[in-house]
Amino acid sequence: MGIKVINISKTYDKIKALENISFEVKPGELFGLIGPDGAGKTTLFRILTTLLIADTGEATVAGYDVVQEYKSIRNHVGYMPGRFSLYQDLTVEENLNFFATIFGTTIEENYDLIKDIYVQIEPFKNRRAGKLSGGMKQKLALSCALIHKPKVLFLDEPTTGVDPVSRKEFWEMLKRLQKKNITILVSTPYMDEAELCDRIALITDGKILEIDTPEAIKSSFPKKIYRVKSSGTFQLIQDLGAYDKTHSAYPFGEYIHFTSTSTDFKAKDLVDFLKEKNHSNIEVMETDPTIEDTFMELSK
Amino acid sequence: MKRFIGFIEKEFYHILRDRRSLFILFGMPIVQVLLFGFAITNEINNVDIAILDHSKDATTKVIIDKIAASEYFSIKQFIDYEAAIEPAFKKGQIKAVLNFEKDFSNKLISEKKATIQILTDATDPNTANTISNYMASILQNYQEELNKGIALSYQIVPKTRLAYNPELKSVFMFVPGVMTVILMLVSAMMTSISITREKELGTMEILLVSPLKPLQVIIGKVVPYILLAVINAIIIILLSIFVFRMPVQGSLFLLGAESLLFIINALSLGILISTISASQQTAMMASLMGLMLPVILLSGFIFPISSMPIPLQIISNIIPAKWFIIILKGIMLKGVGLAYIWKETLVLLGMTLLFIGISTKKYKIRLE
Repeated sequence: MGIKVINISKTYDKIKALENISFEVKPGELFGLIGPDGAGKTTLFRILTTLLIADTGEATVAGYDVVQEYKSIRNHVGYMPGRFSLYQDLTVEENLNFFATIFGTTIEENYDLIKDIYVQIEPFKNRRAGKLSGGMKQKLALSCALIHKPKVLFLDEPTTGVDPVSRKEFWEMLKRLQKKNITILVSTPYMDEAELCDRIALITDGKILEIDTPEAIKSSFPKKIYRVKSSGTFQLIQDLGAYDKTHSAYPFGEYIHFTSTSTDFKAKDLVDFLKEKNHSNIEVMETDPTIEDTFMELSK
Repeated sequence: MKRFIGFIEKEFYHILRDRRSLFILFGMPIVQVLLFGFAITNEINNVDIAILDHSKDATTKVIIDKIAASEYFSIKQFIDYEAAIEPAFKKGQIKAVLNFEKDFSNKLISEKKATIQILTDATDPNTANTISNYMASILQNYQEELNKGIALSYQIVPKTRLAYNPELKSVFMFVPGVMTVILMLVSAMMTSISITREKELGTMEILLVSPLKPLQVIIGKVVPYILLAVINAIIIILLSIFVFRMPVQGSLFLLGAESLLFIINALSLGILISTISASQQTAMMASLMGLMLPVILLSGFIFPISSMPIPLQIISNIIPAKWFIIILKGIMLKGVGLAYIWKETLVLLGMTLLFIGISTKKYKIRLE
């Protein structure tokens, strides 16, 4: 009753948006699609929400085929598109009421499902949706997507453009919804949010790189990672690029994440090399791999 | 059904919340009818003229009095010599000068012929033409009066009967045209914009991923605008009856039914436009260029179709507005019944069905 995707491909003109995508989301799972802009996440969402037809492959959502039984799917899923897509000239309450009505239900009937989210925007229920802040807009959109008690919830980049506090709250809400037996497929470009999912699929350029739990994905990283810092970050990147033992060097906040080609690499080698290049305040320390490290490594 | 009503309710929120559009929607018909009725007319009213009377005798006095008494002209000044005509025109205060020759009375009696020169300011050729025609007809009337009972003077008097609009009131001609334009604008442009707005804002995406059927969405979009268009039609007819004293000769019921048919025709055109345009702006431009211009220029509203070049006459046949204007003129001015306009009605009906057919076929249940 979750989501099943088998060998889905989709091409726009000559651009391959999705290439042979297959994965499965178990019922009640919180599944994340992690990838940069243009990876094909939105196209995949649109295929699963019956808005687009894939060129090849098949998919089922809540047990229904996305092409043949699209009408049933439209009754049983909640969809929150990437762009804020509610009626800006309607108030918070009117928007919610409208979506309840077109799904043949009422706010009262499913109030317990949206209660946690809706209480936060209820004080503004007479405000026009267009005048809400980014975080409140997302909460309203989620309420509207949930009002008919969907079996599967599709959230396309729900936290893009939302402040960090609201993002955190939003993910807490998703965790609570999951306990109410709703299957959730969420996409995000933020790697830190990936850790909050049960399982994730790393996707880039229309291809899935890896599907696993966030823990497994992190521990699958094949090399030791060192975080490197010195007085001149720009010069540091340049010099690491020229270093003959460098496998990869990516900036991560104030640090550079460094991996080496040689297996018997020691932190001291790098410190010596950097001293030679006139760097000061050198810091080289082993660190745990993140999902982003894995993503960068896999998409190399 | 409850879903459908909920959808229509939402549409009314959109319309009522958008004050500016609402103002245009209801302000426009009133302003346009009043404009066409009062300002943009081919009639003349109280045109200022000047008199240059070289005779100053009994006959010229009678003629001048007659002209002054008409509602069309008011005598602004009397000029004493020819050289003063030009400056008077240049000042722009007068539109015409009536120049009586010397010994007007005497010549009329002895030679049976006297001359009056009518000078008009032809910077506005239409007005100038109308002024000289009106002036000539006043003189003609007077001439007929003079000739009464005199068997000897043979005069050929052209007699024209002005059917349907005996007072030559141009507002009577404009009302059907304005009504057509407004109904077209409200119905086609407003629906196409309101449907494309959903696409543009992304709300169409959510509506598609909902149990609402596409047909419900479309009809839900259209119903409020049918109501608005009907209200507009009523406003226009009431204005023309009560402000311009224009009689509606035919059956009001038939008028209403034909208007409804035209409204539905325009709405289906609007839906058709919305299926091919992705943004509100495209929809608006398509409605303005593709619908409004032909409606104004090729429907016979402003330019008579019979005086168009043949290719344009042929093109005018595919414009629904042309047929509706014929129907409207028939019902409002001639008072004919369905027996006389069934052909035009059938054409409109056929076009409507065609548009609805194409747009349901083109309407997408998915995004592409």
